[in-house]
Amino acid sequence: MEFKNPQEELERFRSRLAVAGGFVLLCFTVLFLRFIWLQIVQHDYYQTRAEDNRISLVPIVPNRGLIVDRNGTVLARNYSAYTLEITPSRAGDLEKTIDGLATIIEIEAKDRRRFKKLMDESKSFETLPIRTRLSDEEVAKFIAHRYRFPGVEIKARLFRQYPGGAYASHILGYIGRITDRDLEKIEARDDDANYRGTDHFGKTGLELRYEFDLHGVSGHEQVEVDAGGRAVRTLTHTPPIAGNQLTLTIDAELQRIAEQAFGDRKGSLVAIEPSSGGILAMVSVPNYDPNMFVDGIDTQNWRELNESPDKPMVNRALNGAYPPGSTFKPFMALAALELGKRRAEQAISDPGFFNFGGHHFRDDKKGGHGMVDMYKSIVHSCDTYYYMLANDMGIDNIAAFMGRLGLGQRTGIDIDGESEGVLPSQEWKKKRFRKPEQQKWYAGETISIGIGQGYNAYTPIQLAQATATLANNGVMFRPHLVKYVTDTRTGDKRLIEPEPLRDLQLKPEHVAVIRNAMIGVNKEGTGARAFAKAEYVSAGKTGTAQVFSYKGAEHKTESMAAHLRDHALFIAFAPADKPTIALAVLVENGGFGAQAAAPIARQVLDYYLLGKKPKAPAQPDEAAVEEDGE
Amino acid sequence: MNRGFGLAALRAWGQKLVAPIDGPLMLIAVLLLLLAVGIMASASPERINAQLINVAIALVVMRVLAQVPPQRLMHLAVPIYVLGVLLLIAVALFGDVSKGARRWLNLGFMRAQPSELMKIAMPLILAWFFQQREAMPRLRDYGIAAALLLLPVGLIARQPDLGTAILVMAAGFYVIFFAGLSWKIIIGMVVSAIAAAPLAWNLLHDYQRNRIITLFDPEKDPLGKGFHIIQSTIAIGSGGLFGKGWRAGTQAQLEFIPERHTDFIFAVYSEEFGLFGNLLLLVLYALLIGRGLMIAANAATLFSRLLAGAVTMIFFTYAFVNMGMVSGILPVVGVPLPLVSYGGTALVTLFIGIGILMSIHGNRMLVQK
Repeated sequence: MEFKNPQEELERFRSRLAVAGGFVLLCFTVLFLRFIWLQIVQHDYYQTRAEDNRISLVPIVPNRGLIVDRNGTVLARNYSAYTLEITPSRAGDLEKTIDGLATIIEIEAKDRRRFKKLMDESKSFETLPIRTRLSDEEVAKFIAHRYRFPGVEIKARLFRQYPGGAYASHILGYIGRITDRDLEKIEARDDDANYRGTDHFGKTGLELRYEFDLHGVSGHEQVEVDAGGRAVRTLTHTPPIAGNQLTLTIDAELQRIAEQAFGDRKGSLVAIEPSSGGILAMVSVPNYDPNMFVDGIDTQNWRELNESPDKPMVNRALNGAYPPGSTFKPFMALAALELGKRRAEQAISDPGFFNFGGHHFRDDKKGGHGMVDMYKSIVHSCDTYYYMLANDMGIDNIAAFMGRLGLGQRTGIDIDGESEGVLPSQEWKKKRFRKPEQQKWYAGETISIGIGQGYNAYTPIQLAQATATLANNGVMFRPHLVKYVTDTRTGDKRLIEPEPLRDLQLKPEHVAVIRNAMIGVNKEGTGARAFAKAEYVSAGKTGTAQVFSYKGAEHKTESMAAHLRDHALFIAFAPADKPTIALAVLVENGGFGAQAAAPIARQVLDYYLLGKKPKAPAQPDEAAVEEDGE
Repeated sequence: MNRGFGLAALRAWGQKLVAPIDGPLMLIAVLLLLLAVGIMASASPERINAQLINVAIALVVMRVLAQVPPQRLMHLAVPIYVLGVLLLIAVALFGDVSKGARRWLNLGFMRAQPSELMKIAMPLILAWFFQQREAMPRLRDYGIAAALLLLPVGLIARQPDLGTAILVMAAGFYVIFFAGLSWKIIIGMVVSAIAAAPLAWNLLHDYQRNRIITLFDPEKDPLGKGFHIIQSTIAIGSGGLFGKGWRAGTQAQLEFIPERHTDFIFAVYSEEFGLFGNLLLLVLYALLIGRGLMIAANAATLFSRLLAGAVTMIFFTYAFVNMGMVSGILPVVGVPLPLVSYGGTALVTLFIGIGILMSIHGNRMLVQK
């Protein structure tokens, strides 16, 4: 055992202490260099990071633009309401959360269904409404229990409201939550930033077409937020700019009267101001309440709307294509005059049928109308006259003329998704069918085209536009719903100029012949009963479009299934000498035009020209059937 | 005069009270405590009162320890160590699990964390051990010392509590180092430690591995595991030269700094007082450590020396590991900023250390009879 040397041992220990002290200084120097690196060299970078942490840019959604009718009646507006919203990703067990909420605030089965639908359509980090339009009392109740519900919050949101309910729903359309497809449109316009806080997007109708006018410019707030994302205070505030206001050419009262005139029947009516193309009323019934879509429609209502055999979601005015029936005849007659195929006074003898290659095309009036000139052919709707005329003109002449009138083409109305209809011609048939034997046009097929049957199929707006063009002596305007757009910031009105599509260069004397005959219709012809004692002179034409081919049998309207009954049509303009309104009416399965469609037109014209409000929906006029064949 | 007598008695009592207290050490500790109160007022004002109570308890404990002569401590070394190890075994068998780790022992009336005890028990037992081998320690003795060290460290690391395991390990290692472990062995250990790193990697828990991965690339998971380090480095960096001002640190006040009253309180301080504040803190710790090493250098016995040296270096380990992890150069392990972080346990442990240092200092002349 060695002897220890205390002094040597102490020296060694002290040298170890010195090493330890040196190590401490070294490590502290390393730390200090690290601090210099972070706090001096990298300071600007971390300063920015800290500011980014602290400041959050919160978008402020602008008020969506109002939609008003030509007289300023509000058709679409906004209101602010509280909603109860869940962020599924933060809420944990959703079923339990919703059940728990239901013990405090009333949550209907409908709300649950809607929430489920929204869940399926959205990403889990979005906040989705479980209840909308909470009362102040409900808000207070929830706030008292808020701590129990993570991921659930109350939000004040702006809601779209359509005060007219279902009225004009097919014009206005509706808004719904933004989908990926909507996002693509937004991105295509490079408008993402502006839509950062926006939940809704126009889905159909004007809400869709004028989405980017109605939306407005988002404002934003620079808000200091804490690590939990809660706002602590506002640093800057840039207010949003409300969306532009749409003023429509529509007359809301006229629209209401027109819709009511249909009663519970299905159909469509389009009324146009001939001198501008401005649409005064555009009806498609049955319709739907667009308010249902605003906070998200639930699955059951959605299914009901979509699967209803009455097809309330289809805008018949733009997407329903119907044979024009006898309303086609004035245009046929005009074509004959313009093309020199007939003179007005030229008369034919009508035996009650037209024989073509051994096949009898029947006139509805047994025994025929006798001697028939152009006036009489329109007033009494003589089929034989038009069988012969169609045969004389040939299908391509008819197609060319009707095409210039706008039939069988999109009118260009300011609503998306308009249908084309069918304007039959040799070329059309070639394109339409694949088999060579089907592609050939048979001369016999031209005959029924003459009375508006056969392949003919036009949308109500096309018929209304053609009528308006006739009323306007051949000058055709693009039909439109928006009269002007008001910039909310400047108050400037951006007028939608009436856009003359073309001038058909019709000879005034030819137009006069047709107008005269159509006046005759409402005075002494098929429209006379509907327009009895009218205090204005109107021009019209009834029509009946076959849904079902009778194969020559006597047809008994009463015994037929409702959906096989004929469609009733009526076109009209008034006052006849200086028309301010032209319209087309279609009543699905309404039977004869004189019976079902003309009385609706009468109510609309009475209101528009005289301010007379009807007391009840237009009653079908059973007696109107007897007089003339259509 | 009663009154005069009372005053004199009071003065005498007061002198007796402060007699064992080392002035310089106390001054540095008080400065650090004042700083701590200031930071706490910014990071978590509602906790000031609770922390002041912790401070009061810790000071009483310090004062008591300051009066316990080192020889008494030496006698207590073995019982305390044995108790500590037994408690650690009990934790491993019956401990409460909290946040995925088994660290607490429910004693019925209170929950205890025996690993904390080991921070003091470890230098005590090893200093005692080397005192017994006062003759030149042999290699075999170092082996026994290593075993005494690794048994509790292993138990603590298994809980798992990497932070405490590192602190206990370091405390024990300092004793062995000061006892004169040859440099060859130290260097050999460092080399083999580096070589064994891949093996150790496999032994780590997933969350411990993640912390190390996070250290090297915090941005990989900015909202998850990297969040702590990212936010604390942003706080420090954005503090700049002079800081954003007391209670004006946005990272701190808007709660971006996690655990800002405990392990990450340095980020709060650094954001609000900047590089100069950091320098002040480093200087205070350096002075504290310097004073401790000085006490060790003048201590009377081998036991006192080793104990004083190791206890002093515990402060260094705390300070360096904490500031290193908060500023992103060391992995995140649960080590508080000494004397500053909120929490009574660490504070009491550290003031036990200060009390021991004071006792050793007070007894520097008295032993060698």
